[in-house]
Amino acid sequence: MELLLDSLFNGVAIGSVLLVAALGLAIVFGLMGVINLAHGELMMLGAYTTYVTQLIFKLPILKPFYNSYIIVSIFLAFIVSGVVGILLEKTIIRKLYGSPLETLLATWGVSLILQQFVRSVPLAYGTGLVISLLIGLFLPTTFPLKIKESINFKYFKFSSWIFAALTGVLTGSLISSSVSKLSRASARNVDVTAPSWMRGQVEIIGTAFPKTRLMIIVITLISVIAITLFLNQSAWGMRIRAVTQNRQMSDCLGISTEKVDIITFGIGSGLAGVAGVAVSLLGSVGPNVGGNYIVGCFMVVVLGGVGNLLGTVLASFGIGIMTDLIGAGRLLSIWPDMPLPLSNTINFFATTSMARVMIFALIVIFLQFKPTGLFPQKGRMVEN
Amino acid sequence: MSISKIKFDKKIVLSFWIILIALIIAAPTLLPVFRLNLLGRYLSLSIVALGVDLIWGYTGLLSLGQGIFFALGGYCAAMYLQITSSSEFPNNIPEFFALYGVEKLPFFWEPFKSAIFTFFAIWIIPALVAGLIGFLVFRNRIKGVYFSILTQASLLVFFNFFNGQQKLINGTNGLKTDVTQLFGQMVGSESMQRIFFWITAILVIAAWFFAKWVVKGRFGNILIGIRDDEPRVRFTGYNPVIFKTIIFSIAGGLAGISGALYTVQSGIVSPQFMTVPFSIEMVIWVAVGGRGTLLGAILGAVFINYAKSLVSEALPASWMFIQGGLFILVVTALPEGVLGWIQGDGPRNFLQRFGLKRKIETYPSLEVNNKEGNNE
Repeated sequence: MELLLDSLFNGVAIGSVLLVAALGLAIVFGLMGVINLAHGELMMLGAYTTYVTQLIFKLPILKPFYNSYIIVSIFLAFIVSGVVGILLEKTIIRKLYGSPLETLLATWGVSLILQQFVRSVPLAYGTGLVISLLIGLFLPTTFPLKIKESINFKYFKFSSWIFAALTGVLTGSLISSSVSKLSRASARNVDVTAPSWMRGQVEIIGTAFPKTRLMIIVITLISVIAITLFLNQSAWGMRIRAVTQNRQMSDCLGISTEKVDIITFGIGSGLAGVAGVAVSLLGSVGPNVGGNYIVGCFMVVVLGGVGNLLGTVLASFGIGIMTDLIGAGRLLSIWPDMPLPLSNTINFFATTSMARVMIFALIVIFLQFKPTGLFPQKGRMVEN
Repeated sequence: MSISKIKFDKKIVLSFWIILIALIIAAPTLLPVFRLNLLGRYLSLSIVALGVDLIWGYTGLLSLGQGIFFALGGYCAAMYLQITSSSEFPNNIPEFFALYGVEKLPFFWEPFKSAIFTFFAIWIIPALVAGLIGFLVFRNRIKGVYFSILTQASLLVFFNFFNGQQKLINGTNGLKTDVTQLFGQMVGSESMQRIFFWITAILVIAAWFFAKWVVKGRFGNILIGIRDDEPRVRFTGYNPVIFKTIIFSIAGGLAGISGALYTVQSGIVSPQFMTVPFSIEMVIWVAVGGRGTLLGAILGAVFINYAKSLVSEALPASWMFIQGGLFILVVTALPEGVLGWIQGDGPRNFLQRFGLKRKIETYPSLEVNNKEGNNE
């Protein structure tokens, strides 16, 4: 019983990392049909945001609040990855709707650039750049309607970009002068240390669970609930669902599909940032951290069925529990006296990498029977 | 995609071939050994690019898993080389087995003692694996991006398998070939490398003609039909599954040959051949060169790799930026690649922009078609 509970918890822990990582992808891929291979790099940005936040909270002014930095960094990571995602949508992906293979290649290019960016640009100036992007993209939208509709709006836009650039450079140099660790570019991995209240373990029914794992499960839970509520209860959520189901009809009914695209992509990317916070708690953060998750995320989305959050949830927990069962060879300890050939096979797959081989093979076999995943979309237009 | 292609004069074609052959024969004396070796490697990569062009450019299947077949070919060649030069090691098995305490040769190594088997295995094994994967995927009408994702997942399966099995194929260290013997000569030696260069050059040309033959005629038309409108091909009575499986397995076979040639020239085969970035790079060679143009795939593979080695020598950090930029640029600005752009209306439009060429007033395709009609 205890063994089973242990296995279940481990599985849920692995699955919740997968889920929080795949959630953004499920939205971007499932609702918009966009293959975003830079999703892993958006996660990486989220992880680096956690690191930067942690260092900034070590400054004397913010020292008393140090313990809460992880909560702050969740919001910051959402914003940072979201802003980069919106920029991506506005510049590249918008031109490629309807041609998913081209999007795939272009976003791969973006992911290479982002990886090299964190290697060769000091994080302090990276932060400055993100801040200027944030101001430049959002300041014009806060102007009163009178200015927005005036013929001189482009000058206002232009001056707000200049203001954004200045603020970015200033904050960048401010951070780099006050936090020396952020002032130099480095390709080395960095470590995020959890605040003291998150270290150690909790005992539940006689088994010890690490607190960071529990924190990840909580983050995942909150993200899933928040995104479900947003999609099903809010006005913009309804617009997003409408555009997903029938873009032309929604357009005719007065929904700005352009805005919906930006919001959907921004939220999907923001969720990648949140996933990055979770990932940064698990191990060291490096430029390649996202690449480890991207294929797994796609498998979750494909297995769960496109455009369906429940499928995504089930698929990721399923994969998580299977990974733990196979990778740790738990079937052997549950059923110790199984026939020799079977136990040999299980031992052969009882490592992390071989478990992945097994899982992917199982998924491919599963897709032979249900090519559209656990919960396929129904309707006449689904074929294409 | 535009159908119009520039028709060259016969004399130009002939002189092109003479220059090409002269260059291939002269290359070993013109280039320093290091550069020659690089050129040989990149030429062998252009064979896998031809395969990618066949499945992506002509059939519309974007595979992100060509690295599997590439590495399989490489492993076949390396296993043969290792096993034939293992007589001085204990138990007559390759040296690395001793590190893991393996005393008996794993069963699947046995057939690689034969040169003839290896010669066929290099392209048949990858082709069979590709055919199997392809059939399983295509049977369920999985297509488009799902196909790409599944091939990428299979790539990871193979990578993890080869990476984890130290006792069977030396795991992450890979198999070295440069210190092994072939026909009494060291594979890594200069004279052998020169021969490998010539073999590669000949095989590239052979593969080019083979690919040309494949895309010519009805078979090629069906491939293009599948790319442009698969349901219509199905409704006309063809079964796209068979054609897709065949072309995917042809591309797998080409990748295997390419991998074997690359392995003997780079001196090692390792699971690094099956990493995700490498397989996506293969796609970008074709995309830059021009998908749907076989020559574009070859030139793309050679030039991009040469540029990569030159840039990486000068400014190591900047290659990632350039490569990422290339992906974005090609997709957004040059969707038909450089060669496709030249063969299409690209240069004419470009010159028009600067007022150097008169603008066509009528509907452009009419004009082009008339010209073509006169030629034929």
